Amino acid sequence: MAFISSGYNPDKPMEDRITDIGNRYYGDFLPPVIKNNFGKWQWHEILEPGVLMHKAESGDEVYTVRVGGVRLMSVEHVRELCEIADTHCDGYVRFTTRNNIEFMVDSKDKVEPLKQDLSSRKHNEGSFKFPIGGTGAGVTNIIHTQGWIHCHTPATDASGTVKVVLDDLFDEFQKMRLPAQLRISMACCLNMCGAVHCSDIAILGYHRKPPMIDDEFLDNLCEIPLAIAACPTAAIRPKKKEITSEKDGSKKEVKSVEIKNERCMFCGNCYTMCPSLPLADAEGDGIVLMAGGKVSNRISAPKFSKVVVAFIPNETPRWPTLAKDVRKIVEAYSKDARKYERLGDWAERIGWEKFFEKCDLEFTHHLIDDFRDPAYYTWRQNTNFKFTDPYEYSAIKAE
Amino acid sequence: MAKFETPLLDQLETGPWPSFVSDLKRQAEHRAANQDKIEYQIPVDCVEDILGVVELSFKDKEVHWKHGGIVGVFGYGGGVIGRYCDQPEMFPGVAHFHTMRVNQPNGKYYTSDYLRQLCDLWDFRGSGVMNMHGSTGDIIFIGTRTEQLEEIFYEMTHKYDQDLGGSGSNLRTPSCCLGESRCEWSCYNTQEICYQLTHEYQDELHRPAFPYKFKFKFDGCPNGCVAAIARADMSFVGTWRDDIRIDQEAVQAYIGGEFPPNAGAHSGRDWGPFDIHKEVIDLCPTQCMWMDGKQLKIDDKECTRCMHCINVMPRALRPGKDTGCSILVGAKAPILDGAQMSSMLVPFIKAEEPYDDIKEVIENIWDWWMEEGKNRERLGELIKRQGFQRLLHMTGLKAIAQHVQEPRHNPYIFWYEDEVPGGFDRDVTEFRKHHKR
Repeated sequence: MAFISSGYNPDKPMEDRITDIGNRYYGDFLPPVIKNNFGKWQWHEILEPGVLMHKAESGDEVYTVRVGGVRLMSVEHVRELCEIADTHCDGYVRFTTRNNIEFMVDSKDKVEPLKQDLSSRKHNEGSFKFPIGGTGAGVTNIIHTQGWIHCHTPATDASGTVKVVLDDLFDEFQKMRLPAQLRISMACCLNMCGAVHCSDIAILGYHRKPPMIDDEFLDNLCEIPLAIAACPTAAIRPKKKEITSEKDGSKKEVKSVEIKNERCMFCGNCYTMCPSLPLADAEGDGIVLMAGGKVSNRISAPKFSKVVVAFIPNETPRWPTLAKDVRKIVEAYSKDARKYERLGDWAERIGWEKFFEKCDLEFTHHLIDDFRDPAYYTWRQNTNFKFTDPYEYSAIKAE
Repeated sequence: MAKFETPLLDQLETGPWPSFVSDLKRQAEHRAANQDKIEYQIPVDCVEDILGVVELSFKDKEVHWKHGGIVGVFGYGGGVIGRYCDQPEMFPGVAHFHTMRVNQPNGKYYTSDYLRQLCDLWDFRGSGVMNMHGSTGDIIFIGTRTEQLEEIFYEMTHKYDQDLGGSGSNLRTPSCCLGESRCEWSCYNTQEICYQLTHEYQDELHRPAFPYKFKFKFDGCPNGCVAAIARADMSFVGTWRDDIRIDQEAVQAYIGGEFPPNAGAHSGRDWGPFDIHKEVIDLCPTQCMWMDGKQLKIDDKECTRCMHCINVMPRALRPGKDTGCSILVGAKAPILDGAQMSSMLVPFIKAEEPYDDIKEVIENIWDWWMEEGKNRERLGELIKRQGFQRLLHMTGLKAIAQHVQEPRHNPYIFWYEDEVPGGFDRDVTEFRKHHKR
């Protein structure tokens, strides 16, 4: 493995340096039918799951075949989709915000050969490389974060959890039989690189144990004031400690911190600022399931997802409880909601107490908000509840 | 022969959804075979080591990557995220395994030629594993060594006219929906404004000078396909202020069952024949639509442009022609103080080149946030801490009723002294002449 220079001279970094040129111009990457009708589209129709047709004022038509993309992909996979783009789409392809891949052709007769090519390509062990679907009133691709493959703060894996949930809901990806679109999102910690907090269903990695304190190394690796300031609940305080050195067995005094465990909300913000406060834990870490959010302004305002399952353990490699709980929600929604009704609108119409009953999910104290001011607005200030078990005094009285 | 046994990951190769494990194995084999005789610049078996380290995490149920450390390219503070493995002896191929963010073309259209160039570069100088795309929108290159960073940057800028994206406390790579390129609902050219502002603010994008991250996202219409309102510090959402365009013949075609409702989105289930009252008129949140004989009528002054009727009958209804966008500000994920959505700041602004008005709003906000924002405080948190009135003051905008969902619930108004006749300075001795102790 010999080092091959690009032409960059480390002794003269500014020589021939090109910076601040930004991204490439989108106009250079548009297929001709898109370029010719830019801003002049008239209407569209989803001809079948995964196949869209857009009609332009000029009469031109563009047919799009949408396939699920795994956001994590190898260059070999990308080269393969380039080959498909070359064969069928004059060398053009696009990706969607939700990590789907779209192949576009300019006439209807080109759709069938493209579809057949895409559907025929499978990985060694049999999974589809380019499953067609993800349109209309169904489940589209799950957007997600890095997880155990590349991040330092995850409480669960991303690609793995997404794979098992989409395996389980694959029919809903390929059929448009739900009351409305169902957007599932996954973030492996509450930093939420993927901002899943406004999704119909959100799968969120979460820690449940306060950080450990690496006393001997903390002052060398971290700015103690920054670690303290990072805590939203002021659970971290500076503390001088007498320790026995792990390196040489000597007793010494070190500057470190102490943590009030009862104030910790396990957000991990301190760990982001200070690597000597690790949180990861096989039993502590797992998944929070949220539901009922949306970003569209359609019919009702955008809304946040609500926590509906406080904790699901990391049951690697296939997270059966996660897949089962997501399915319960999807099935209850599919059966009960009205046409055009998003999951959150359905839950609000029937009442959240009914949501838990219909989804067969247990309501526990963890699901009552106790984080600052917004909490109050989530408690019930009316008498308009529905009766779902248990509700009577004798049944809810502590034993 | 694989370097590591991966019995847990192997169980993610079954099932219909594309298996990332199968794909990684394929990439590992591709590198090992090296049919093109590439002089790989980082360990050939790094993808085997990825599989090994992820398998270990599946076994331990704990992550094995460490914090970044400061790595990057000369003169930039963002675009590269340092990454090291916490089991470097076991997995030397990924001991140093940094991420690079590459600024995607707006709307994410590509030519295969360009994608192949990126693939060749990344196969040669990195792991060949990437994200198409990362959450913010960039193309993500996952895994290379420090000494390759400048080399990759040099080749990217010199050969491919391509720059890095943002990371850290700077302007993150702006992103947009596909806009007018293939959507009849887009109320402005989302790709163009995204492109122009990306280039206008290159310094802010590459050199972290902000309190924390800052995101722009551009949605062409209130459907919100890039989720701007949920995840951007400044969310631009297309809208219009004239009347919805109606094609009455097409309305009749929907009523008559000739056109499928909602562009065919519900065709997987038998929902019965289309009923314009039940499915459109009665679901209108402002109740501003009715049938007058065979004519569909809309009282556009009452319409709040939620898109429902347009979504259901795309061949009959279209957004108006006097279009622009709304600017909302302050969205962020829950860390730290809870999640926030963006709040309405400018109800309507034209989104036309050279975007001077929009830049004025942006720069007024940055001036305030850079002056007053604390370390790692997002714009939304600053607005909460100092108040929405302060935001209006600093952006030089008048308060209007569109700014709120409803007026305040308490009378604790922070009156300014100059708003109260006579001011706040009073004489208690004079007061006591009339009010005994």
